[in-house]
Amino acid sequence: MNAHKRKLLTIVTEAALEGTLVREIDRLGAHGYTITDARGKGEHGVRNAGWEASANIRVEVVCDAETAVALATHLREHYSENYAMILYLSDVEVLRPEKF
Amino acid sequence: MLDPVILFFVLGISAGLLRSELRLPAAVYELVTIVLLLAIGLKGGVELAKQPLGQLLPQMVGVVVLGFFLALIAFPILRKLGRLQRADAASIAAHYGSVSVGTYAVAVAYLGSRQVSFEEHMPLLLVLMEVPAILVGIILARGVTRSTNWGSVMHEVFLGKGIVLLLGGLLIGWAAGPEGVTPLEPLFVDLFKGVLALFLLEMGLITAAQLTGLRRYGLFLVGFGVAMPLFSAVVGTATAYVLGLSLGGTVILATLAASASYIAVPAAMRISVPEANPTLSLAAALGITFPFNVLLGIPIYHAMATLVHG
Repeated sequence: MNAHKRKLLTIVTEAALEGTLVREIDRLGAHGYTITDARGKGEHGVRNAGWEASANIRVEVVCDAETAVALATHLREHYSENYAMILYLSDVEVLRPEKF
Repeated sequence: MLDPVILFFVLGISAGLLRSELRLPAAVYELVTIVLLLAIGLKGGVELAKQPLGQLLPQMVGVVVLGFFLALIAFPILRKLGRLQRADAASIAAHYGSVSVGTYAVAVAYLGSRQVSFEEHMPLLLVLMEVPAILVGIILARGVTRSTNWGSVMHEVFLGKGIVLLLGGLLIGWAAGPEGVTPLEPLFVDLFKGVLALFLLEMGLITAAQLTGLRRYGLFLVGFGVAMPLFSAVVGTATAYVLGLSLGGTVILATLAASASYIAVPAAMRISVPEANPTLSLAAALGITFPFNVLLGIPIYHAMATLVHG
């Protein structure tokens, strides 16, 4: 079994940003993404997902390192100032590299 | 005597302030909101089927102007007296120029339990009043010349959940007519008060959460959150008088003018004016103005309308 190295970019941000974020991810060349509802606490206080304005999402994108860095840089420059948003990159191994 | 649905709101606030574990699942809150919006839309639509739209034109124009006017008045007050940043002042002005469906529903329940009738086509005016202030808010924050992406702004404004469901309900009610809607009544009419009670329970919890945010922003917002709806209600009452609305209709229009949006506007502002701090506008709209209108405002607007019509 051959494993191939890719990057996992995880974005935790406001649910309000979902539509915009998905467009950016498509535009910057990632092949796909996974979104889950999330809640938690950070610099913007407790976001308990009780209703729309306090709902968070976690977006996961697996892609090559170049795309991941480009996407992360773009999101940090355009959104992290005005929105509750954290980003982190991790190394992952995938079995079907052609998908990513 | 307080309407029992109001007691559900009080229960929600109390539970929230006491840090109870109580919370409505987000999906339930969403469903309850959807049922309320559709019920209100349907009711208005059925009424529209009975009368020519042309006759309502003066009222439709009147409330759109009212929506623009209230947002334009609120902005300089927030900017000068409140010393708020431009984006924050514009966003809060948009919240207060627009309307709250929850407050409308409480006013309908209030009039219903007192057997005061009102013009049943009010949901049409409600939809029309949602939009103008959002546009004012965006323009005040960004200006018209700068690179605003109007396509996505319009998408956000007109295809938000609130407008789609209200307008959809109106159209379905209008197309189906009174008999067509009868089979839907068990859900949208008979259950209305129960659904409203659940909605207000959750609103109480949300309000309690906003109150903690309010502590950081001080007295001005509290004062604005009470004074602005009172002023808007006076303007709304005067508009209703000019438009020749009934006593009940006057109470409803004053309530609409006094209410501050927390569904359509926060969503639109978050996307179109991201630099505005949502904690500020929601603390004012939900932490102060919503409870004020629900607990004290509506009876005050009722007294105001009675004075004008007496």
